[in-house]
Parts: sequence; C-alpha cells; structure tokens
Amino acid sequence: MKAILTVHNLASDLVTTIWTPVFVAIFLAIVAYAFWPRNKAVFDKAAHLPLREE
Amino acid sequence: MSQPSISKSMTIGESGLAVVFAVTAFLCVIASAKALDAPFAFHAALSAAASLAAVFFIVNRYFERPAALPPQEINGRPNYNMGPIKFSAFMAMFWGIAGFLVGLIIASQLAWPALNFDLPWISFGRLRPLHTSAVIFAFGGNVLVATSFYVVQKSCRARLAGDLAPWFVVLGYNFFILVAGTGYLLGVTQSKEYAEPEWYADLWLTIVWVVYLLVFLATIFKRKEPHIFVANWFYLAFIVTIAVLHLGNNPALPVSVFGSKSYVAWGGIQDAMFQWWYGHNAVGFFLTAGFLAIMYYFIPKRAERPIYSYRLSIIHFWALIFLYIWAGPHHLHYTALPDWTQTLGMTFSIMLWMPSWGGMINGLMTLSGAWDKLRTDPVLRMLVVSVAFYGMSTFEGPMMSIKVVNSLSHYTDWTIGHVHSGALGWVGFVSFGALYCLVPWAWNRKGLYSLKLVNWHFWIATLGIVLYISAMWVSGILQGLMWRAYTSLGFLEYSFIETVEAMHPFYIIRAAGGGLFLIGALIMAYNLWMTVRVGEQEAQMPVALQPAE
Repeated sequence: MKAILTVHNLASDLVTTIWTPVFVAIFLAIVAYAFWPRNKAVFDKAAHLPLREE
Repeated sequence: MSQPSISKSMTIGESGLAVVFAVTAFLCVIASAKALDAPFAFHAALSAAASLAAVFFIVNRYFERPAALPPQEINGRPNYNMGPIKFSAFMAMFWGIAGFLVGLIIASQLAWPALNFDLPWISFGRLRPLHTSAVIFAFGGNVLVATSFYVVQKSCRARLAGDLAPWFVVLGYNFFILVAGTGYLLGVTQSKEYAEPEWYADLWLTIVWVVYLLVFLATIFKRKEPHIFVANWFYLAFIVTIAVLHLGNNPALPVSVFGSKSYVAWGGIQDAMFQWWYGHNAVGFFLTAGFLAIMYYFIPKRAERPIYSYRLSIIHFWALIFLYIWAGPHHLHYTALPDWTQTLGMTFSIMLWMPSWGGMINGLMTLSGAWDKLRTDPVLRMLVVSVAFYGMSTFEGPMMSIKVVNSLSHYTDWTIGHVHSGALGWVGFVSFGALYCLVPWAWNRKGLYSLKLVNWHFWIATLGIVLYISAMWVSGILQGLMWRAYTSLGFLEYSFIETVEAMHPFYIIRAAGGGLFLIGALIMAYNLWMTVRVGEQEAQMPVALQPAE
C-alpha cells in the first residue's frame, strides 16, 4: 500500500509539475501543423467542403 | 430495390434490443409496484410503457421492412439516413416553443407573483429548471443531434452508422427529457443547476449518450472523405466532453433503488467546485462547441463561400479545448473556494477572449464576397447575427468573470441578461438558421415556404432580445448598486424588498421581450410546417434515389 502511495505521489508530482510545459508544447505543435506550408492544399480543399454537393 | 434472394431474418441488434426492452418493461413494472414515492412510481410506469412501445416499434419495423437493410450507397452516391434527423428537427421545434413559453410564464411570475396560483407544480422553483432544461437540453440538444447527424453524413460522404442505433439515440434522448421535465414538475430534483435530473434519469442518459458517441464515431470511421471536417471535431468535442461532465458531476447514492431521492457522493466546496466545472463546461461544450460546429458547416453552405480561414478554425478549436475546461471557478468568486482557484478561473476566462473572437471573426469573414446576401436572405442574416451575438456575449462573459466586476454583477439580473444574450442571440438564432436550412434539405424541398415570414421572425425576435437584455442590464446594475449602497452612518441604504420593488418595471419589459421571442418561434413553426406540407419537391433527385428512412 505504501509503495502504491509513493508511486501515486510521484506521478501526481510529476503531472502537476510538467503539465503546463507539456500542454504548451502540444498546443504549439498544433499551431505549427496548422501553419505548415505543405498542409495548405489540404486545408484549402477542406474549407470548400460544405459547398461540395456529393 | 428489394433483393428477393436474401431470406429475411432479424438482425442481432433487432432481436437483442427487443429482448432488452421486454426485460426492461418487466423490471419497470416491478419498480412501479414497489415504488416508495409517487413520482418514482409514475416514472417507472412511464418507462415500462415506453419499453413496451419500443418492443412494438422494433418488431413492427422488422415486419414492414424489406429483407435487405438499406444499402450504404445507391448508384455510387451515399444513401443518407434522414429519418432520425427529421424526428430530431421536429422535436427541437416542439421543445423550443414549450421552453420559450415556460420562460415567458416564469418571467411573468416574477413581474406578477400571483401567477404562481399557489400551486406547487407551477411554482417558480419547479418551472425554472423546466425552462432551462427545455431550451438548453431539449431544444438545443435536439438541434445538435439533428445537425450533427446531418453534417457528419454529408462531410464524410457516408451513411449514418447503425440501423436502429440512430433511432435509439433520438428517441432515447427525448424520453430522457420527458422523464427529467415531468420530474421537475413533480418536485424530483438533485438541486444542481443544469444537472437537476435524478439518478435514474442520469443513468438512462449515460446509455443514450454512449450510443450517440458510438454512432458518430462509427460514421466518421467509415468516411469516404479522407479529411475529418472541422465541424465534426467540434461535434466530437461536444459529445465527449458532455459525457465526461455528466459522469463527473452526477455520482450519487440513491436512498433506495425504488425511490427517486439520492444524495451526492461528495459535499461542501468539492461539490460546488465540481458543479461549476460541470456548469460552465456545459456552456463551453454544449452551448458553444456544438453550435460552433453548426456555424462552420451551415454558414459556408448558406453563403456559398468557403470557410474564411481553415487554419484559424483549427487553432480556434484547440485553443477553445485547452482553455475552456479551467474557467468554471469564476462562478464561485468570493466563496469558500480557495482564492487561487478563483483567480485561476478568472484568468482562463479572460484568455478565452482570444479563441472566442478568433472564431467569431472566422464566421463573419466567411461572408467576404457575399455580404450582399444579407440583404436578400434572412436565413443567412439570422446565422450571421447569431455570430455577432456570440462575439458580444463572449466579450461580456470574461469581463464579468473579473473579480471586481463580478462583485457587482454576481447574483444580480445582469447574469440573467448575459446568459440570454448568449442563449437567445447566439444559440437561439444559430439554431433557427440551421433549422431553416435543414428542414428543406432533409425533406428534399426546393426552399422554405416563405422567406418573408423568416424576415418577420428575424425582426420580431431581434426586438425581443434587445428588450430582454437591455432590461436585464439596467435592472442588474441597479440591483448590484442598491445592494452595496451604504448611508453616511455605515448602514445599508436599502432593505432587500426595496431592491425587489425596483426591479418590477424591468421584469415587465423582460417578459415583453420573451413574449416577442416566442411569437417569432411560432411564426417559424408555421413556416417549417408549411415547408414540409406544401413545399415544392426538389426536382433533380429521382424518386429511386431518395434516402431511405
């Protein structure tokens, strides 16, 4: 039981310490994905998606 | 289209569901007989009747249908499933009018308390949750279910997954609303705002919601379109987060399995924190993310213009997801909640300005090159004005979450005004716009019965909103200032009843605004009814290609 609690504390310390940089990193990766030049063609096509009649 | 080579037999889903509902009906009869309180007996009997009806529906549907299930495609084109969408759209209009009417009644009760008639069932305390649940979960929820089932099919170019499952979702969801709503009138409540339904209704909603998620995911999974369109991301965030919120806020222990009363698993400030984590994210993911999905599909389609910036839509989505979940504590400023938590909630609320306005700009700028359509198309005007209201109320919200502002605005009518500029202006108008588009599309009509009536609806409802929110601003700020006014000797200047008296004229103006909003909705219901009844059929689609229902 004590071992479990130690692991729990360790995990919770780790999470509370690093979640901010991790979330910021994930968000920045998403922004990079959105602005990546090679993705432009896919996004331009997707912007027209509601207009396309099947 | 029948294929006689296939011998007809019940699918596993049909036979399984029929058996499950038969057993449920039996258990509900027992629960009704052993019930400890009258409302529980009523709800158990209602559930037994509904379960029997479900068995009948499933078996009857089996005998009526051809041997083969509806094909996924006809002549190389997806065979879209419009039946559940039509049902949800109809229910949305029905609950919308019911919810607006109850709103008008309670607004009038505040202006003229005698309208309580001293009857417990129609007292303000019971009708108020009926109003909020009817407009948010019944009207808004059915709009979201109907549009999500439409958008996911069209943008994935795939038929809705499942045969009975989509029907289970729409019928099951509306049955949940029936149980919740009748429960409020009978005094059954958990007393948690926007989470009033008791434990058995919560359990049922959980089942329905998981099936909703599975139908949506399975449709995305079999998509023909490689890219998952941004509206589907918003719908998915809405469905997943509502599931998490519902499970997070509702753990409760029933006093008996044969009674309606339950007690929440944790009490005190933990309960308050959980409640407003739930409450504010219901705003963020039900009333915002879900309806933003509508914005991203219906505005481009109606304006016949592509989304202004698809990149911005991606950043809009993820910024909203990362920030919204932390904003809840702003509902608990100056309470027993730790101070740092209040400040955290305030900070994240202010940061929400960015994605909110990014999204608003994206929606509005989608009209670039098509602004002239606002003059001729009242449906598009409704959609665009809804986005403007979205911008306005998402500016006001973060401002009110600032602690100093909140010390004036909290517990006053300002909050009610803020909520209604969002609910009537944003959620209401974007839903009306979406239904005005969806009904002709789903019923395969050339267009609406009358655009002139849409115009009337637009102006009457807009006038109603303006009366409503301006009355509540004045009354709220007046109320807040009166509560904090001191005399030179340090006594409170006004007694509470004096502040109540001062509200009276504004309550009358508010009720008038609500009345106009209701009249607009009645015009809309007539217009949609006539669109379905006498509207001209879309010509291009041969009868054989019509989606099977």
